[in-house]
Amino acid sequence: MATTNPVKAPDRPRTGPVPPAPEPAKTRRLDLRERPQLWLVPAVFVVVVLLWEYGVQVLGVDEYVLPRPTQIVDALWLQLTNDLFWGHLWVTTQEALVGFAIGVGAAVLLGTFISQIKIVEATLMPYIVAFQTVPKVALAPLFVVWFGFGLTSKIVMAAVISFFPMLVNVIEGLRAADADKIQMLTVFGANKMQIFRMVRLPSALPFIFAGLDIGIVFAILGAVVGEFIGAKEGLGYLLLQTNYNFDIAGMFAVLVVLSVMGLLAHFVIRLVQRKVAFWAEDTKVIGA
Amino acid sequence: MAYRTATRQLPTPATVDESSWIEVDGLHKLYQPRKSEPTLALSDVSFTVRRGEFISVVGPSGCGKTTLLKILAGLSPKSQGTVRIAGQEVTKPLPQVGMVFQAPTLLPWRTIFDNVMVPAEVQKLDPARHRKRAQELLEMVGLDGFERKYPHELSGGMQQRAGICRALVHDPAVLLMDEPFGALDAMTREYMNVELLRIWRESGQTAVLVTHSIPEAVFLSDRVVVLSPRPGRIAEIISIDLERPRELGVMSSDRAGVYVERIRRHFNAAGVID
Repeated sequence: MATTNPVKAPDRPRTGPVPPAPEPAKTRRLDLRERPQLWLVPAVFVVVVLLWEYGVQVLGVDEYVLPRPTQIVDALWLQLTNDLFWGHLWVTTQEALVGFAIGVGAAVLLGTFISQIKIVEATLMPYIVAFQTVPKVALAPLFVVWFGFGLTSKIVMAAVISFFPMLVNVIEGLRAADADKIQMLTVFGANKMQIFRMVRLPSALPFIFAGLDIGIVFAILGAVVGEFIGAKEGLGYLLLQTNYNFDIAGMFAVLVVLSVMGLLAHFVIRLVQRKVAFWAEDTKVIGA
Repeated sequence: MAYRTATRQLPTPATVDESSWIEVDGLHKLYQPRKSEPTLALSDVSFTVRRGEFISVVGPSGCGKTTLLKILAGLSPKSQGTVRIAGQEVTKPLPQVGMVFQAPTLLPWRTIFDNVMVPAEVQKLDPARHRKRAQELLEMVGLDGFERKYPHELSGGMQQRAGICRALVHDPAVLLMDEPFGALDAMTREYMNVELLRIWRESGQTAVLVTHSIPEAVFLSDRVVVLSPRPGRIAEIISIDLERPRELGVMSSDRAGVYVERIRRHFNAAGVID
């Protein structure tokens, strides 16, 4: 994060109208020569889909093994026009979002507590590290036993799995505050609470958004895994159903829906981040 | 909620001798790292600063000039001696001190205006009155029209000017500056020196500047405190007898040259050239 820009010659601004800000508009333009990825990315998609479509036919691959893209599109359309599908989608969305909210909420509270009080950190950190090494998906059967076949067990799964990446980012973010900025506030007489509010928290925001970004994807994963173990509805359940029915194209259709869900969530979080933590460009993401 | 006003923090002038507005007496600073030899950073440093005076502290690298400033700012404890600002013993950061840092150290999530307001905000000073003062200061340093901009939209020189406004917004009794222009290129630096003189003249603040540039110290100061290499002792305190207001041209005069030479000789004698 650069706070000092390259220094230009003495630049006493004249009074009067504000000079226009440097133009970001130029790079926004659809310039295919400067940004070849604008056509390369769709081109790769088209090539892969075409190879897949005709490769499967030429090689005579059984559609129960790998359906053609056109079959997947048909299956997707069949799902999208079916009310039952929207019910499953709504169930998984609920599980993921509620679990995500609980998981990240708990992580923010605990992370703040841990990062601000040394003795709490020293006491709890070994347990957190130990628990983090447990593969969280392996807990799904246990949660089904404890919380039943309904939404609760999936919400718990989504919460637990999105909790850790968020926790690590909150702790790291609250530590990331610049010593110079803290010293500056100290000189002007700020107390600990003011330093937390005016420097530590804003400094942590880019990290918190990185945690949210991974957390939402993990929450969807948690919900689906929970549904695999035991459920009567949800996209994970639908995935298993299509599997039992040898409807492989249908399975792919559900996978497409799941990735669109993840992408949408990712973009929403990015959008909010650009508004809220506008001063920081991409910050290193800490995985779980 | 009752706000404190900036002026009420100061003791009444009658109780404080204006000729020793800043008083440093027999100051020693010993760094005692846990597992190595203690180092003496400052040894028996004594000087006083008149109210409204501009003094600079120069010395070779590692002579403890920044340590001295940190002690004045209440950021670093002293080992021995007394340090008083406006009659008040410095043991922690005093609200009546303003400081400009080596880097602008602005908060990137705040606009320039809100950055300048930071001291008034943390000290819970009357907002309306200090907003007015912040606006006046920004106009004084030529940053009017940039109040709603964010720090990254400004050049380094402009950011440092905002940092100076921030140091002055609560009308401090003393303005401390820690090599504030060290990161700027030569041209911007000269220009900022002229600006700083103008701001100092208009605000009437008592100023202590730490710098490693001898010409800068001569150009700006009423007196220059020359420190010896570690442990920092006062080698000489030189009164700069150049008429004010000063323009950059004064630096090519013989008299300015003599002062620069005299200070440089201290550095050469010590075998270090900064």
